[in-house]
Amino acid sequence: MNDETKYALKKVGFYTAVFTAAVWIVIPIIISFLYAFTTKTDYYDPTKIVPTSFTSEYVRTILFTLGAWDGIKNSVIVAVLTIIISFILGVPAGYSIAKYMFPGKDHIKLSIVALRMFPIPVMAIPLLVLYIDLHLADTLLGVALAHTAMALPFVVLITSSIFAGVSKEYEEAAMVFGLTRFGSFRKITLPLALPGLAAAAMFTFVMSWNEVFVASILTLNNRTLPAQILSIMAGSSGGAAPDYYKFAAAFIMTLPAMLFILFARRYLVTMWGITLK
Amino acid sequence: MERRSLVPYLLILPAFLYLLFFVGYPLVQALYLAFTQNGAFSLEVWRRTFSDYYFWSAFKYTILLAGVIVPTQVALAVVLALLMNRVFKGKDAALYALIIPLTISDVAAGLIWYSMLSPYGFINKLLMNLGVISQPLYFFGYEYRMREFFAIVIAELWRSTAIVFVIILAGLQMISKEYIEAAEVFGANYWTRLRRIVLPLLKPSIQSALIIRTLFAMQIFGIVWILAGRDIPVLAGEGYYQLTEIKDAGVASVYALVIAALSILLGALYIKFLRAEYLEVGE
Repeated sequence: MNDETKYALKKVGFYTAVFTAAVWIVIPIIISFLYAFTTKTDYYDPTKIVPTSFTSEYVRTILFTLGAWDGIKNSVIVAVLTIIISFILGVPAGYSIAKYMFPGKDHIKLSIVALRMFPIPVMAIPLLVLYIDLHLADTLLGVALAHTAMALPFVVLITSSIFAGVSKEYEEAAMVFGLTRFGSFRKITLPLALPGLAAAAMFTFVMSWNEVFVASILTLNNRTLPAQILSIMAGSSGGAAPDYYKFAAAFIMTLPAMLFILFARRYLVTMWGITLK
Repeated sequence: MERRSLVPYLLILPAFLYLLFFVGYPLVQALYLAFTQNGAFSLEVWRRTFSDYYFWSAFKYTILLAGVIVPTQVALAVVLALLMNRVFKGKDAALYALIIPLTISDVAAGLIWYSMLSPYGFINKLLMNLGVISQPLYFFGYEYRMREFFAIVIAELWRSTAIVFVIILAGLQMISKEYIEAAEVFGANYWTRLRRIVLPLLKPSIQSALIIRTLFAMQIFGIVWILAGRDIPVLAGEGYYQLTEIKDAGVASVYALVIAALSILLGALYIKFLRAEYLEVGE
């Protein structure tokens, strides 16, 4: 075998591997989307691998009869509240870590990361007892407060790396020209950091949108979408939904998150890369 | 001057107190619920938990799932990251495909894989039409536990390998090209470079990915609940079941504390290994 064929073979092998990996991720999504709109007869026809007749009946039933639409509204409210609270608390902390030198900084940063590792079930189960006392049980604010605890360390770390990315010289120049520290933050650093902050906000949104354990424990009548879907699809009281409803539910849950990645994908790798430093 | 040095602490304080409360209070409350009976100290709740068949089963399956899923996906992610860390045609599209699962929740991933593996699902129909099988393969139901386990592993690999991949790819991109070029100059081939330079420098990324994934694996819930229900019990699922169906907050707290203990133990083990690594480098 000469070098040229060897090179060509390597290239074929490489592309096959990449192609296989991409197909392995994408096919299940495409299939579940197709099956979400398949008619019942097509789904139960063993010769039809790819369905040919479609209906939006099941998606509509999930949305409007089984309450997924309310779940979506609740999820959006919880996620927006989570973004607001975690940014009010997290942005100043992130700025402080990025722009000040002070004793104990590394320890504080490390303990924030450590708190992120705290298992969610440990938080959710006892919180319910507290929430009943505080009349926060089954409220969207209650879920948002718990989701904030989950998202806050992430917001602190991400915003600190975003602020650290904004060059110090700009702020110093602004202060030389008479702006206060806060003024230069508002006029210089914040606008420059805005795209990164927006990406972090979107990621916080997805985190809250996807979280199911806390939401399932803390709510009964005001469920977020994943909690709602979980109780419809795998009701432990028996009577799980027929298959075609499951696929419709998968479609409803997945679509918004995938749209997010279209907007934020430029930031995703850097966001995680920076967190690790 | 005195006032100025307090500013950074004051900026961090609200976030820190918030986190401390949401970790500290539940922990105290969980300990109280787990160790008292009618207001007095008692181990009755623990006895009730340990005498339940589901507790030991959940313990076993949680460890088993983590033991199968985490090492497999770390290996898979390293290979994928090495493939994607070069320039080639269609790289953007491939990268986009590979990070899609980052945004897909465990519940959604469970539902998506149900559509692939159900009796009339895609894989069964495909295999039957290709003539590989004549009867659909059943993956779900109490009598097919091993296959349910397999389905959970497949779905979880599909969903959560993306995050490991992103962490390792970011680590790869931080490795200075100079090391690799120097090795090339001295005639090291691809495998030698990989073994002697790339993988050792990648160790911190691999370790953080391992820690993050193992800790989250201890809380595995949604994907199991959708695909197997209580056929395959897991710790978080049993905690959920005890609290919502049995209304036993004490036993649910024991499950939560066991998850916390496992997480702390595993975290400490990893940190110990990390430390040992640093010492070696320092010598």
